[in-house]
Amino acid sequence: MSIVAPVKVIPEAREITTKPRLSDQVFRIIVTIGGMASLVILGLIALFLSIKGGHILLEEKFGFITGSAWEVITDESGTISQSKFGIGAMLIGTTLSAVIAILVGVPISVLSALYLTFYANGRVKTFLISVIDLMAAFPSLLFGFWGFFVFMSSAEYWAKLINKYFGFIPIFDVPTPIFERSPFIAGLVLAIMIIPIVTSISREIFDQTPLDRVQAAYALGATKLAMINAVVIPYGRGGIVGGAMLGLGRAMGETVAVYTVLNVVYQVNWQVLFGAGGNVASLILLKFGEAGPYEVDALMAAGLILFLLTLMVNAIADVLINRFGGKGK
Amino acid sequence: MTNSHNVGNDDKDETQMTTAHAKPASLSSVASARTQSQPGTALLGTGLETRGVHAWFGKKHVLSDVTLDFAAGTVTALIGPSGCGKSTFLRTLNRMHEFIPTAAMAGEVLLDGKDIYSPGTDVTKIRLRVGMVFQKPNPFPSMTIGENVLSGLKLAQIKRSNTDELLESCLTRAGLWNEVKDRLGEHGGALSGGQQQRLCIARSLAVEPQVLLMDEPCSALDPGSTFRIEETIADLAKTMTIVIVTHNMQQAARVSDYTAFFLSDGGPGEMIEAAPTSRIFSAPQDKRTEDYVTGRFG
Repeated sequence: MSIVAPVKVIPEAREITTKPRLSDQVFRIIVTIGGMASLVILGLIALFLSIKGGHILLEEKFGFITGSAWEVITDESGTISQSKFGIGAMLIGTTLSAVIAILVGVPISVLSALYLTFYANGRVKTFLISVIDLMAAFPSLLFGFWGFFVFMSSAEYWAKLINKYFGFIPIFDVPTPIFERSPFIAGLVLAIMIIPIVTSISREIFDQTPLDRVQAAYALGATKLAMINAVVIPYGRGGIVGGAMLGLGRAMGETVAVYTVLNVVYQVNWQVLFGAGGNVASLILLKFGEAGPYEVDALMAAGLILFLLTLMVNAIADVLINRFGGKGK
Repeated sequence: MTNSHNVGNDDKDETQMTTAHAKPASLSSVASARTQSQPGTALLGTGLETRGVHAWFGKKHVLSDVTLDFAAGTVTALIGPSGCGKSTFLRTLNRMHEFIPTAAMAGEVLLDGKDIYSPGTDVTKIRLRVGMVFQKPNPFPSMTIGENVLSGLKLAQIKRSNTDELLESCLTRAGLWNEVKDRLGEHGGALSGGQQQRLCIARSLAVEPQVLLMDEPCSALDPGSTFRIEETIADLAKTMTIVIVTHNMQQAARVSDYTAFFLSDGGPGEMIEAAPTSRIFSAPQDKRTEDYVTGRFG
């Protein structure tokens, strides 16, 4: 007789459920509404822009993004006989000035965040933090005015210097010596405007650097500089990228400040020192007041493109943060 | 009679002892400690000494008047209940104490006879010579296992050619080489807690310190890992001076040559007694030490 091994019955996994209390259920609903509100509002704005501007995009097709003309010709009765819309020049202006803002603003912000976190103490620290917070709340129009009346002349001088010594590099060349109201100057003004947000986000993440790692570095004979390099920057990288992306978003969407310091010219211009460009948001501001219904639709289409561009930049930022940010954690 | 506790340093002359402040309560240990013979003293320099060390956090006086010598090549355990100032004392020995805002200290800490707190001292050089292992394993998560071990060289900007050799020898001495030799490129966070702590020991060895301070290095670890680290400590003591803070009296008994007992009676922590470990556990001179090591409190 053979011995039959007892069959071991493996049960099905049980379904585990729980019934939350009423108070939890109600709170869950409230929180969900709050959480969804921003998504819904954003969605509605995108929908509105698409409905209003969609037909312009269909008519102009790809030329709306690549072209750089903005013409509306009407006959005597006021009906539009011919129109051409293209925001290529504005998109390039938007990109150029935002990139300059990031290149200049982020290093300054990171340095100032490092200073505030690891060097400043006591009253200096408190004072500087409130100054930077104040800067964040400052109306952008005032930055624009300051940029136009005060800052432009110095920046113009720097632009001339750069052009003189680095003019052989195509982007620093100019077709005619017009240095005022260039993407370079707009980018510098934007750089100043994004410093507060990038600084405060970087500072917050630097502040959270785990103390045990900081001490480990010091206990190994690290100088402060070496400690920051080995511990703080790897830990804070994700935060810096995140802050930079928020700054980029602000720089791309900025309207009034750019409007005051950047010429709106319907011409594709890659030469950052040359006074021609414009950005999408300031184009909308410039045209909105006098535009007829049809042109307003075109402006909405421009807004939609800006919206999509910002969305894309943020998506790229998320990928970057996931790829480079997590390692230091 | 003085309150100096000269833990095993025969080279010190008597006159130095008389400069310390009189405090009769804890005297008897001095003579007994000083009669012991010292392993490795001649080879490894004079070691580390403290003279009348006090410490404060803000206005709170947390450590009072500790004078203690650590002979080169010995393991000294600092024991005592929580809040007795032993960790604070340890952190004054490589100037980590000053990282805590409002922290202050008085007295002298002499490394090879030179005060590490004297003005103009390059504190990074002090910390290279007096390494530290912390309570919680703290490898750098952004670095691989190999990079972690060699991180001290990078941090202190030390140039070294044969880093592969150094890497292997540090990991071997820390008792970790066999477990990680095939995965040096992995991140340090992938190791178990005990392995991470040995990685941290290996990391502190790479800059070749003459003193290694350990702040409850096993309190977050399981018994197996603790055993491995105790073995490592015994091994390391052949070439360096070790000071270990521990809550675990059995551990102090197992790993140390000398033991110093700290206690706070509500005021600042004081060192009650320091002597060869066997004497502290078998025949303590102070009643409070006896009460503590026999488990009557603490």
